[in-house]
Amino acid sequence: MNPMYGVQPGDKLKTMTLPAVTRLDLIKYAGASGDYNPIHTIDEEAEKAGLPGVIAHGMWTMGSLAKLFTPFYEDGFIQDYSIRFQGMVFVGDVLTLHADVVSHEESMITFDVYARNQQEKDVIRGNVVFRKHLETSAT
Amino acid sequence: MFKEAVGKKSTPVKNVVERSAVKKFAEAIGDPHPLFIDEEAVQRNIAPPTFPRVFEYGGIEGLHLPEKGLIHGEQHYHYNRPLYVGEDVYCYAQVDDYYERSGRSGDMGFLKVKRYGEDIDGRLIFSEEQVVIITEAVRKGMNV
Repeated sequence: MNPMYGVQPGDKLKTMTLPAVTRLDLIKYAGASGDYNPIHTIDEEAEKAGLPGVIAHGMWTMGSLAKLFTPFYEDGFIQDYSIRFQGMVFVGDVLTLHADVVSHEESMITFDVYARNQQEKDVIRGNVVFRKHLETSAT
Repeated sequence: MFKEAVGKKSTPVKNVVERSAVKKFAEAIGDPHPLFIDEEAVQRNIAPPTFPRVFEYGGIEGLHLPEKGLIHGEQHYHYNRPLYVGEDVYCYAQVDDYYERSGRSGDMGFLKVKRYGEDIDGRLIFSEEQVVIITEAVRKGMNV
């Protein structure tokens, strides 16, 4: 039995605490994504925009959060992934990634997902619908 | 100017899910899983769900966004199936909606852009919706 098949509402995927965010993380993401908005990499530009320093790309945090599901891709895939960007992520922040099961119906498992910083604030929050492959869920 | 852009679409652009780009992206989000990057271990590599950020979707006539000052409010992805490494994806964008709401820092503009990725036969692989917040200060700077 694959681990995704028996989950019930209230179950949680194993949380993951990321290493403190570094400037290099953001430079790498800028290069890999093509998002070169300088508020993510250059302090002077961030300050001009009224920020205390560079902030992470929201999509970096969203991309990072999805990795809680990567070990389960043999069982299915992420059908829907929705996120609201609620707070800024600064260099030095320590994020913990969470995915809690909300419902499990037939081939679909819905999760409440969020990344929480060291001040216990959710910087991004949303839902994932994980669709299980048909060959193993069909009866 | 944003209101007038609602409903407008870009011309589809052919993109390739490049192996090296997927590897670089997976590493950048701290997720270098064999499923994404190991050609030997996995029969068919896939791309991470947020990878479509990398694609080009073509410009939308009449829509010019400033390079600075935009706030990414929300992001939604929907997949009919995973995105495979090496495949061609035809991508385009459409302005879905624009509205303004009063907030603490003046009138905020909310721009909803939808993006689509289709296979060579026109079957949808994924769609995404992005909500971008454009503050009054930024709109003033653009004279819109």
